[in-house]
Amino acid sequence: MKTKDRQSRGVTRRTALTTLSAAAALTLTPDLVSGQEAAPADTTKRWGRLPNTLGARSPAENPRRLPIPTSSRTPLQDLHGTITPSDLHYERHHGGVAVVDPVTYRLMVHGMVDRPLTFTLQDLKRFPATTRTCFLECAGNYNGQREELTPQEICGLTSQSEWTGVMLSTVFNEVGAQPRATWFLAEGQDAAVMTRSIPLKDAIGEAMLAYAQNGEALRPEQGYPVRLLLPGLEGNASVKWLRRIELADQPFMTREETSKYTDPLADGTAREFSLVIDARSVITSPSYPQTIQKGFVELRGIAWSGRGLIRRVEISTDGGHTWKPATLQQPVLPKAVTCFRYAWEWDGRPTEIVSRAVDETGYVQPEMSAIQRVRGRRTRYHLNPVTGWTIGADGRVRFAVQRVRA
Amino acid sequence: MTRLMLIVGTLFTIGLSAAAQSPSKRFGIGTPATPEQIAALDIDVRPDGTGLPAGSGTVRDGAPVYAEKCAACHGANGEGGTADVLVGAEPKNSAPFGPEYERWRGTRPDVPFTIGNYWPYATTLFDYVRRAMPATAPGSLNADETYALVAWLLAKNEIIAESDVMNRDTLPRVRMPARSRFVPDNRRGGAEVR
Repeated sequence: MKTKDRQSRGVTRRTALTTLSAAAALTLTPDLVSGQEAAPADTTKRWGRLPNTLGARSPAENPRRLPIPTSSRTPLQDLHGTITPSDLHYERHHGGVAVVDPVTYRLMVHGMVDRPLTFTLQDLKRFPATTRTCFLECAGNYNGQREELTPQEICGLTSQSEWTGVMLSTVFNEVGAQPRATWFLAEGQDAAVMTRSIPLKDAIGEAMLAYAQNGEALRPEQGYPVRLLLPGLEGNASVKWLRRIELADQPFMTREETSKYTDPLADGTAREFSLVIDARSVITSPSYPQTIQKGFVELRGIAWSGRGLIRRVEISTDGGHTWKPATLQQPVLPKAVTCFRYAWEWDGRPTEIVSRAVDETGYVQPEMSAIQRVRGRRTRYHLNPVTGWTIGADGRVRFAVQRVRA
Repeated sequence: MTRLMLIVGTLFTIGLSAAAQSPSKRFGIGTPATPEQIAALDIDVRPDGTGLPAGSGTVRDGAPVYAEKCAACHGANGEGGTADVLVGAEPKNSAPFGPEYERWRGTRPDVPFTIGNYWPYATTLFDYVRRAMPATAPGSLNADETYALVAWLLAKNEIIAESDVMNRDTLPRVRMPARSRFVPDNRRGGAEVR
């Protein structure tokens, strides 16, 4: 083994030397290695940098999350397609990002089970694996107080990844989940020791213990090494840094499912365990602070529903008087971000562009006024109102704040 | 039509339960969790009091604990600061939303959501404070300190008397004013906005 290592290192060194001497003959500069130089006048007249061990974005591209102490938002306006680059996935933590050693990591599953078990990370990876693309969204993903707001500021607490892990049903079978168990508690090992109760019937078909995201191990801020993943349900329930699952015949009524993440309603009741994310859409381009030109403008955006497929997205370019269908990028996946596009000719007159999503259950993304009629003034979570952008005569795009005012 | 829907519904249910149970194969992966290992991690407290430890605390014991560990973020009297408002008994025996509240409020400013007017279970206070508070040293309070803090918070919210003692027997019996407000999710998809 040692000899082999030495040989392979030797080969690598020889190869590098050969390549470098070839490159040197072509006027070698340190830029060939770093690649961090500004674009030359003519890229065809000089070699670029050599292959390296880890890629990086073009220095000309600078997408960034927008952080506050408890969360950071995905720059939706800077993205294309449906996958959020892992380093731009939104964050919402209640006790900061836990740093977990993957070697000593254990998940314990107990409660109403025949065989309480602990699993190492390697144990979980031995089970049959599955891969699934879906969105995650914070239940508190809405901000609409003023005209000068970007899509990131309005609803950047949503992101999408391709997740890989073991189905929760596989692990529940392994521990022998008892028929009387109807709920389970998921607990993280962050400083909040985050806990949520999940109704088994809503979760068991699709829930996953995810250890990979977009082809690599989870990012620390996404729960490394293992998180619960509940497609279609509010993000807080997909507990990160998962250390314990306890099966039971009733919910545990933790803080995050009683005093938080519940919906006070207009009739004086408060809805609890309102986990499913209702359908929503947003036009990400054009958006504030862009300025558009008269003529062809492709309206682009994303739509998603926690209840399944996006059936259609409707576009209005006259402030909601008339609606036409946008084109949906195929394939449309259930409980996943769906890209929509709409070809528009702007005639130069002030107007408002609006999108609304319709999902496979027939649910139509509502106006804020319709939401508030049912939920009252003081509703705080699960806000998914129809949103739009006003276009000024000068082509300036601003958030259509009057549409979401009560 | 109804019969067809019934059949489809039944097939769907069978499909779901099959998915829930499959694969039925066991893989022999994992290590048995011992009672000691479970006890070391199993810190949750349920509404019926399951999980509450021995120990007790009074409102009087809670005052200095609150002043030392909580006041910096939550305010000297639970009025809030960099962290949540904790104390607020108004609207008395009601909640800070809904038609009754709107009539009571009239033209006054809104009151915040608090332990006194929104939290449905007293046991949740013990569970949360013990696992996650104070933010500067999470999980550092012992059972007596936690009971005392919970007693202080419940008294300030006018839910228990200043002389009441909180322990594993009394805490689950505390009836929170907002308890009857909470209802299950009734959204079902489809055309109706709920």
